[in-house]
Amino acid sequence: MSIAIEVDNVQKTFRGKREVRALDGVSFAVTEGTVFGLLGPNGSGKTTAVRVLTTILRPDGGSAHVLGNDVTKKSALVRSLIGLAGQYAAVDENLTGRENLQMVGKLNHLPSSFVATRAIELLDQFNLTDAGDRPLKTYSGGMRRRLDLAAALVARPTVLFLDEPTTGLDPQSRNDLWEVIERLVGGGTTVLLTTQYLEEADRLASTLAVIDHGKVIAEGTPQSMKANFGATVLEVSLPTIDDAQRTGAILDGLGSHASVVNGTQVEVTVDNGPQVAMAALRNLDADGIAPQTFNLREPSLDDVFLSLTGHRTEVEEADEDDNLTPRQKRKKKRLADLEKALPIQTGEYA
Amino acid sequence: MTTATLAPTVSGAPHSTGVFTNLKWLVSDTLTLTKRNLLAVTRIPEALFFSTVQPIMFVLLFRYVFGGAIHTGPVPYVDYLLPGIFVQTVAFGSVSTSIGLAEDLQKGIIERFRALPMSRGAVLLGRTTADLVRNVFVVIIMTVVGLLVGFRPSEGFASFMAGIGLILLFAYALSWFFAIVGLSAPNSETAQVMSFPLVFPLTFISAAFVPVGSMPSWLQGFATYQPFSVTISACRSLMVGAASTGTGRSTTFWVVQSLAWTIGLLIIFIPLAIRRYRTRT
Repeated sequence: MSIAIEVDNVQKTFRGKREVRALDGVSFAVTEGTVFGLLGPNGSGKTTAVRVLTTILRPDGGSAHVLGNDVTKKSALVRSLIGLAGQYAAVDENLTGRENLQMVGKLNHLPSSFVATRAIELLDQFNLTDAGDRPLKTYSGGMRRRLDLAAALVARPTVLFLDEPTTGLDPQSRNDLWEVIERLVGGGTTVLLTTQYLEEADRLASTLAVIDHGKVIAEGTPQSMKANFGATVLEVSLPTIDDAQRTGAILDGLGSHASVVNGTQVEVTVDNGPQVAMAALRNLDADGIAPQTFNLREPSLDDVFLSLTGHRTEVEEADEDDNLTPRQKRKKKRLADLEKALPIQTGEYA
Repeated sequence: MTTATLAPTVSGAPHSTGVFTNLKWLVSDTLTLTKRNLLAVTRIPEALFFSTVQPIMFVLLFRYVFGGAIHTGPVPYVDYLLPGIFVQTVAFGSVSTSIGLAEDLQKGIIERFRALPMSRGAVLLGRTTADLVRNVFVVIIMTVVGLLVGFRPSEGFASFMAGIGLILLFAYALSWFFAIVGLSAPNSETAQVMSFPLVFPLTFISAAFVPVGSMPSWLQGFATYQPFSVTISACRSLMVGAASTGTGRSTTFWVVQSLAWTIGLLIIFIPLAIRRYRTRT
């Protein structure tokens, strides 16, 4: 199997009021025909990595190759081989869906007859045939994302970059998009996907790299990652801090991982949720401890981080807004809007 | 089967190696984007409508309210006024270059363009060309309005068209300057606000509405020879005769000066705008 994307010690620093080392020596490789997930919180360098690989941004150091072509020296060739769909749904508001696809096709220098057929084909595949001749103003968020992805596929790229394809989408649209991406991979396209959602990476990617502060801090299959920090998280809240300490000690003896006590909250990552939960309840009852809440949940990116780095994903402070680029501000606003709409989805990542 | 149709059968888009292919693609990409930008204008007809309402109000205001108090010597005020209105209108029209580019940057469309195998220069060329076409449309409307309120070009059709050509060229050169403004602004609203203080003084401290001779002497030098005034005087000479400028200069004098400004602006601002586009991340 050959390598489709190779990133070797790539560095990129943004100079502004405050220097930001967006990429601090990132290296990874993506095998042809597979989905590679770049997982990390906001501001970890995921988008910068995608922008370097799609020739939008020149790296300060290191090298990046797409299908063996250096992205800085053979950028024109690289651009003809790739497709990019971003989290901003970069489609033209004033055009219809079909016009958007045709414009991208023409800018790819494809023959108009091919572009016209391809637009029909893609509108159909992405369930947009009915909306194809309506201006984008009438599209929902999910429809825009689908069109954005369709636009990235007009020229049948060999390598596809998906920068947070489902950030900001409702669960139903997210599921729809996941199905589309899965079909794409079945067709043999190499995909590099960035995401903040462990669930998304787990579902779509065969290999994962976790990125934080512009560095790859862990790499492997989703299975091996999960094995490293447990498959489930057990969360218990107690009436008093003293109870929490005692619960922590009890849970320590049950799982393969150490528990984390935070005030009256106790958390532990475990491999076999239900068994540990039953044992925990028995032991707590025996010690006369009555929990206020007792939950088993899927691990989040936050849990991966906690387990890998010992710290939680960092939350950007409001006073740092001045240093943000317009891109980051948009992203932040989108996440903030999203948080209002879907408090459960993003609260801990934003 | 769905997977079969999604499979890459063509290995990506064609990519260029030769100079002629590059040139061909620059032209075709520019046309594609010009069309896209003009489609946007037709999709928001209100914007175009209101951008012509303002100059029409200026025509009516100066023709019927202020005009009586302004003395323009050998020509009726309406003939003096219209060339000034033309230049004012196209100058405000070229501000839309800054707004359009700032909007494309803000919405992330330019990000998509950068990752496509298209010509690098097409984004700026397509934008400035579309704004030129838009200005042609606006000038036609203003000509009709002018004729309705009594504007009577006296130098013949060819000379009139030469005047129109001159101001459109001048506006095209201004578009490249406003491209830089648009590429430097954080968003489209700011781009518009940033452009206004640049256009406003050049439009009003000029020969557009009143003869420069009525201004204080320290202002006259600037008001006569700044690029807007030079183009207004050239346009006025071509449309209603050199005597209308009240400067004693010939038509050729003003036309040469205006063309020199246009060419100078293009030589300076095209490379600067392209550089700004390349470095803007």
